Amino acid sequence: MADATDILVISAHPQMELSRVNRRLHEAAATAPRVHVRDLYALYPDYLIDVAAEQRAARTARLVVWLHPIHWYHMPPLMKLWVDEVLTYGWAYGPGGTALQGKDLWLVASTGGPEASYHPTGYNRYPFDAFLPPYEQTATLCGMRFLPPMMLHGAHRTTTDELETQAGMLAQRLASYPEWPELEGLEPCLACEVPQSARPPSVAPLPVEPA
Amino acid sequence: MEHGGWLTGSLVYLAAAVLAVPLAKALGLGSIIGYLAAGIAIGPWGLRLVTDPQDMLHFAEFGVVLMLFLVGLELEPRRLWSLRKPIFGWGSVQLFGSAALLLALGTAVGVPWQIALVASLGLAMSSTAIGLGVLAERNLMATSSGQGLLSVALLQDIAAIPILALVPLLAASTQQADGNAWIDAAKVVGVIAAIVLGGRLLLRPALRWIARSDTPEIFTAASLLLVVATAALMQAVGLSMALGAFLAGVLLAESEYRRELETDIEPFKGLLLGLFFIAVGMSIDFKVVMQQPLLIAGIVLGFLALKAGVLWSMGRAMPLPKPERPVFIVLLAQGGEFGFVVFQTAAQAGVIDASTSSLLVAAVAISMLLTPLLLVAADKWWIPLLARHKPVQMDEISEPQHAPVIIAGFGRYGQIVGRLIFANGIAATVLDHDAEQVDSVRRFGWPAFYGDATRLDLMRTAGADRAHVLVVAIDDVEQSLKVVDMAKAHFPHLHIVARARNVTHYYGLRERGVTMIERETLDSALMSGRSVLELLGLQPHQARNLALRFRKHSIELLEEMRLHRENEDQLIAVAKQGRQQLEQLWAKEREEAQARKLRTGWSPDASGAPGEGTTP
Repeated sequence: MADATDILVISAHPQMELSRVNRRLHEAAATAPRVHVRDLYALYPDYLIDVAAEQRAARTARLVVWLHPIHWYHMPPLMKLWVDEVLTYGWAYGPGGTALQGKDLWLVASTGGPEASYHPTGYNRYPFDAFLPPYEQTATLCGMRFLPPMMLHGAHRTTTDELETQAGMLAQRLASYPEWPELEGLEPCLACEVPQSARPPSVAPLPVEPA
Repeated sequence: MEHGGWLTGSLVYLAAAVLAVPLAKALGLGSIIGYLAAGIAIGPWGLRLVTDPQDMLHFAEFGVVLMLFLVGLELEPRRLWSLRKPIFGWGSVQLFGSAALLLALGTAVGVPWQIALVASLGLAMSSTAIGLGVLAERNLMATSSGQGLLSVALLQDIAAIPILALVPLLAASTQQADGNAWIDAAKVVGVIAAIVLGGRLLLRPALRWIARSDTPEIFTAASLLLVVATAALMQAVGLSMALGAFLAGVLLAESEYRRELETDIEPFKGLLLGLFFIAVGMSIDFKVVMQQPLLIAGIVLGFLALKAGVLWSMGRAMPLPKPERPVFIVLLAQGGEFGFVVFQTAAQAGVIDASTSSLLVAAVAISMLLTPLLLVAADKWWIPLLARHKPVQMDEISEPQHAPVIIAGFGRYGQIVGRLIFANGIAATVLDHDAEQVDSVRRFGWPAFYGDATRLDLMRTAGADRAHVLVVAIDDVEQSLKVVDMAKAHFPHLHIVARARNVTHYYGLRERGVTMIERETLDSALMSGRSVLELLGLQPHQARNLALRFRKHSIELLEEMRLHRENEDQLIAVAKQGRQQLEQLWAKEREEAQARKLRTGWSPDASGAPGEGTTP
C-alpha cells in the first residue's frame, strides 16, 4: 500500500473555475492510479500552508509533479509560497535535508503564448528553456532530477482534441513512470553542497559584519 | 445625652437599613420598600426605638437636596434637547395629564383644592429608579417602551423642581398677607440671580483652585459645601432648598468636574436618601391608616387605575408595540419616591396635615409593594395574551419555494450570509421567526418569509426536500439545535452550515454531525486582535499570519477539548496545555527571530515569527 501512491502532483491554478487546460490536466492526474493530487488553491484558499502536511505528503513520492499555468514566466503565487515554505533548510536541502534526495521533479505546465513566441524573434524574446533554470536549480539543490517538462503552449487556442491528446499523454506518462525513454541514461542528481557561508541566518552563526 | 443619642441613633438607623434593604431586595421588592419597612419597624408603630421622627426628617431631607443636585448635574441639555419631543410631549401628558385628572377627581369628591393638588402631583409621579432598573434588567432599554419610560422619567426629574418650589407657596397663599410679596419676590429673583451668576463666574475657578490642592477629601468637602451653601441661601429667602441644589447641579453639569462631583456626592446622597425614606416610614401614622382601610384601598386603586388609563392611551398613541405596553404601564403607574418628597415638603409647609400625609405615603408605598406582583401577573397573563395576537399581523410562508439555499434566521448573522449569496445571483429562501424582523428586512428589499424553522411543514414549503444547503443562523441555542435535529431526521441530504453562539452550542452542533460551524465572534475578534498587534508595531502581514495560526490552533484545541467535555478537570487541563503549547511555540519563535537579528547585525525592533527558513 505504501508504494502504491508514489506520485505526488502539486496543482496550482488561481482561478480553477475559469481554467480549461489546467483543469483538464488536473482531472487526468486525479483519476490516474498511483497519484496523490494536491490542489493548492483549494486546500489553502487563505494562503495558510500546512507545512507539516505537505512534507508528509512528499515522503512516499518518487515523482513530484508541478502542474500549473505559467504566469509572467514563472509559477502562480501560491505555488511560490509552497516552494518558500515547504522546502525548508534541513528538510529539503542543507545538512540533513535529504527528504527529496533521489526523487524526480517534473514540470507539467501551460503557457498562453504560442510556441513560436518563445523565440528570439518572438514577443517573448527567449526560448522557453531560458525560463527553466530557476526550476531546475530548485530541483537540483534539493537533490531531485529535473525531468524534461511537458509543456502545452498557446493554451488559449488549444482545441478540445489537442487538449484531450495532452491529457491522455499525461495519464499515460503517470502510469508508465519510471519507464520513460528519456530517463534511460539520465544521471542521478548530485545535490549541490550548500557551503557554510550560504546558510540562512536563522540557523548558522555568522560573524557580525560592521554595517 | 448628646453623644449617647447620636451613637444609639446611628446604631438604630444603620442596623435597620442594613437588615431591611437586602431582605427587601431578596424578596424582589426594591430598596425603597426596604427603607420604608425599616422606618416603620423602628418607628412609633413598630419597635419604638425612635419616637420622634421629625428631627431625623429634617436631617435626612438633605438627602433629597443632594439627590436633586445630582439630577441637575446629570442633566444633559443636549440629550434633553434631542429628546425634547418625547420628554416635553409624552412626559407632560403623563405627569400633568394624570395630575389634572386626579385633581379633578379629588375636588369632585370634595377635597380642598390645595390638598388635592399636592396629592395629585405627588401621586402622578412614578418611581423612575425602579422603572429604569427593571427595564434595564429585561433588556428593554433600547425599545420604544424603554425610550418612552426614559422620557417620562426625565420630565418628572425636571418637573420635580417647580413642583417642589410650588408646594410651599400653596401654604403661603393661604397664610401670608400680600404686603411683603414684592420684597419677597425681589429677594427670590436676587438669590437665584446670585446663584446663577456666581455659579457661572466663580464656581469653576474655585473648584479648580481646590482641585489643585490635590487633597481628595477637600474636594469632597467642597462639593458638599456647595450644595449646603446654595441650600442655605435658598432657605433664607423661603425657597425650596432642592431648587437651589438643582440649579447648582445644572451650572456644573458641563464642567470638567462633573464626574468627580458625582462620585463624591453619590455615597452621601445614597445614605441620606435612605435615611429620608426611613424617616418617611417612621412618620406614617398607622392609626390613621388602620382606621380607614377602605379609604386607603380606594386611593391606591383609584390613582393606579387612573394613571394606568392615561398610560394605556399613551401606549396606544405613541404607539408602543403591544407586548411592551403592560410593563410600561405597570412600571409608571406606581407611585414613587418623588411622591414622598412632595408629601413631606407639603406637610412641613403646612399645606397638608400629618394624617393626610400618612394616608398618601401609605398609598404610594402600597402601590410600590404591588408593583412586583403586578409585573409577575403581567408576565404570566397579560403579555402572552397580547403576544398571541401577533401572528395575525403576518402570514406564515405558504407558497412552495425552490431555492437551493434555505437560511433559517435572518438577524445580523443570517443577513450577512444571505447578502453574500444574493450578491452572487443565487436564490435563497429566508425564514425568520420574528415578525417585526421580517417586516423591517422586507422594507430593505430582502425577500424574507415569516415562519418557525423548527416546523416540518413550513420547511417542506420552504423547499427543504430539494434544497442543497441549510444555513442555521439562529442565535437561540435551543432553537438552533432543534432545527438541526429536524433537518437531520427529515432532510438528511441537506448540507448544514451553522452559526455557533458559544462553545456549548458548538459542541451540541458537532454532536449532531454538523462540521461547517463558525463561532459567531471568532473571526471578527481576530481581526480586532490583528489591529491591536499592528498598533503595537507588528507588521500587518505578520499580524495576519499570527492571527490565522491562532485561529487554526483554536479550532484544533476546541476539537481536542470536545473529547473531554464531560470531565471538567480534564477539560481545563487540556485547555491550559493547549494554550501553553502555543505560547511556548511562539515565544521560541520570537527568541529565534531576535537572536537572528542580533547575529546579522540588524537593529532589534518588534519581533515576530520568522519564515520557515529561506533559500540561500
